[in-house]
Amino acid sequence: MARNVSTQRKLLTTVVAWTIAILIFFPILWTFLTSFKTEAQAIASPPVFLFFDWTTENYFEVQSRSDYFKHFMNSVVVSFGSTLLGLVIAIPSAWAMAFAPTKRTKDVLMWMLSTKMMPPVGVLVPMYLIFRNTGLLDTRTGLVIVLTLINLPIIIWMLYTYFKEIPGEILEAARMDGASLAKEIVYVLTPMAIPGIASTLLLNIILAWNEAFWTLNLSAAKAAPLTAFIASYSSPEGLFYAKLSAASTMAIAPILILGWFSQKQLVRGLTFGAVK
Amino acid sequence: MNLRTFLLGTCSAVALAGLAQAETLTIATVNNGDMIRMQKLADDFTSKNPDIELEWVTLEENVLRQRVTTDIATKGGQYDIMTIGTYEVPIWAKQGWLLPLDKLGADYDVDDLLPAIRSGLTIDDKLYAAPFYGESSMVMYRKDLFEKAGLTMPDAPTWDFIADAARKITDKDNEVYGICLRGKAGWGENMAFLTATANSFGARWFDENWKPQFDQPEWKETMEFYVKLMNDAGPPGASSNGFNENLSLFQTGKCGMWIDATVAASFVTNPNESTVADKVGFALAPDKGLGKRGNWLWAWSLAVPAGSQKSDAAQKFIGWATGKDYLKLVAEKEGWANVPPGTRTSLYENPEYQKAAPFAKMTLDSINSADPKNPAVKPVPYVGVQFVAIPEFQGLGTAVGQVFSAALAGQMSVDQALASAQQLATREMTKAGYIK
Repeated sequence: MARNVSTQRKLLTTVVAWTIAILIFFPILWTFLTSFKTEAQAIASPPVFLFFDWTTENYFEVQSRSDYFKHFMNSVVVSFGSTLLGLVIAIPSAWAMAFAPTKRTKDVLMWMLSTKMMPPVGVLVPMYLIFRNTGLLDTRTGLVIVLTLINLPIIIWMLYTYFKEIPGEILEAARMDGASLAKEIVYVLTPMAIPGIASTLLLNIILAWNEAFWTLNLSAAKAAPLTAFIASYSSPEGLFYAKLSAASTMAIAPILILGWFSQKQLVRGLTFGAVK
Repeated sequence: MNLRTFLLGTCSAVALAGLAQAETLTIATVNNGDMIRMQKLADDFTSKNPDIELEWVTLEENVLRQRVTTDIATKGGQYDIMTIGTYEVPIWAKQGWLLPLDKLGADYDVDDLLPAIRSGLTIDDKLYAAPFYGESSMVMYRKDLFEKAGLTMPDAPTWDFIADAARKITDKDNEVYGICLRGKAGWGENMAFLTATANSFGARWFDENWKPQFDQPEWKETMEFYVKLMNDAGPPGASSNGFNENLSLFQTGKCGMWIDATVAASFVTNPNESTVADKVGFALAPDKGLGKRGNWLWAWSLAVPAGSQKSDAAQKFIGWATGKDYLKLVAEKEGWANVPPGTRTSLYENPEYQKAAPFAKMTLDSINSADPKNPAVKPVPYVGVQFVAIPEFQGLGTAVGQVFSAALAGQMSVDQALASAQQLATREMTKAGYIK
């Protein structure tokens, strides 16, 4: 039975929700607004909010100085590539852990997660040497591999929780009908876990898109994604906030739009299995 | 195979062979105005050298430092030319990580380089990096506020005058603060300023035997002066202000004086960015009458990593970018005021440059008065004016910077901060084997 919710209470929760949403969104909005200001307006005190001479000059400047499209394509290849490769590895692993657990499955899961606890800079030099010796420095392939590896624990964990919600009996039934292991995973498990897989996919694309340590350190000129594009506009000696904001807006726009269109999937996936 | 396919095939084969011959230089550089300008003008180089192609990797200073250090230490070979500072050059050259530059071209005129800058980039009489632009620090002040307070800024002020003037100008009700100085922790942020200032107060980081000197009275005097002045006449929250924060305060008219990098001069006098563009005056960094001024010395320079396969082409490019003709090229295309400053004597003798850049003389005097091999009043075992050119300094300088920033914020007393700095430095230097 639904609870009776007073109008007052509804109003209150709405106000609270909006306040939190605006607080979270404000930095992005501010970046967006700053990207249309001149450098002088960008640092004006008191800050100007909406009433300034809107200019697109920063965008032209950024575009004329660096090849946005090249960085964009690198970001797309690296984030989608690493997420898809990650899913190909993670789906069978999560299946094994969810439907054929052993005594040590929980430990394995924890161990995988523990690799995320180490500060990445701790392994920078060994990783750099491995990349150098295998010729992977400044290649998209190299970045796809490293991002797959660092996001794999999260992908497996997420899929594991989704798979746990699926009754094993259904898979058993498929097996009874003579489905092989591969067919069981591809035709029975995967379609049932679509919402979970979709939200894992989206979340990991966002994580890979925003990853700024490895993508900056293992790329130079050819494979540099949008993170390097932003880093080229930041400067400790010089106020280029408007240009930096323009570059940032251009870098986050694609992922923001993707997130916007897929927010239903994301929310559904993230809350999947919470109420049963 | 018909004739057309044959011809097409031959043409593309020839084209591919041509492409394969072109050498690509990957250049790592920082994001500042002069470097960006060089990228725009690089067509001049590639049109003269059609067999060389350029690829740029522009990064924020700290990211760049980490990136190129990883690469050179592991001999990754990702870059053919690296933009590095005066801090890295002596350390890297001693490690054998850099190639001596001896093929910069016949008309390079290495003797034209400013002696102070050149000496910081020379090890054992060999030039290991060519300066692209050099900078020192100086006082930038608001002429209108000085006039209002009935003060006249001397060309070479003392610290006492600066402190007195800062307190007189301060008008906290109207958000005008007498002086803005760096407070943000970091070896390249507050410690650059404080180390240079300490030099003029007679302090030094280490004595001749590498013993840390924060327990000496000169450091106490420096820190007490700095903290008290900033509390009386500085902006609120100064302990988180770095170059950019102070630049923004100065440009919006909130600072009476600002002591910082000479490169700031072109920003604060630019009417498109600064509300006080026509009211700014310049003076040498202050002194304490001990023979050393509180100014630093830095040069962004181009270097070639050892083991580079493309060293001839790389040196050809460096010869172009740091040569005399490049200065003329910038002047032609963008005007004399935009020429990268602080590297060549001939530039400062050029009357057109003197006319276009009102801060030229002050920049030159500031640079000339800094001596990286003899930075402090007392003798020191290290090279570097606002830093100590040893690999341990980045970590140690930042740790000490955090303590000093805390002292400025009032989280600890000056005495506590100095004791803590002494302890940090002693521990680090013992660990690194400089002292027992």
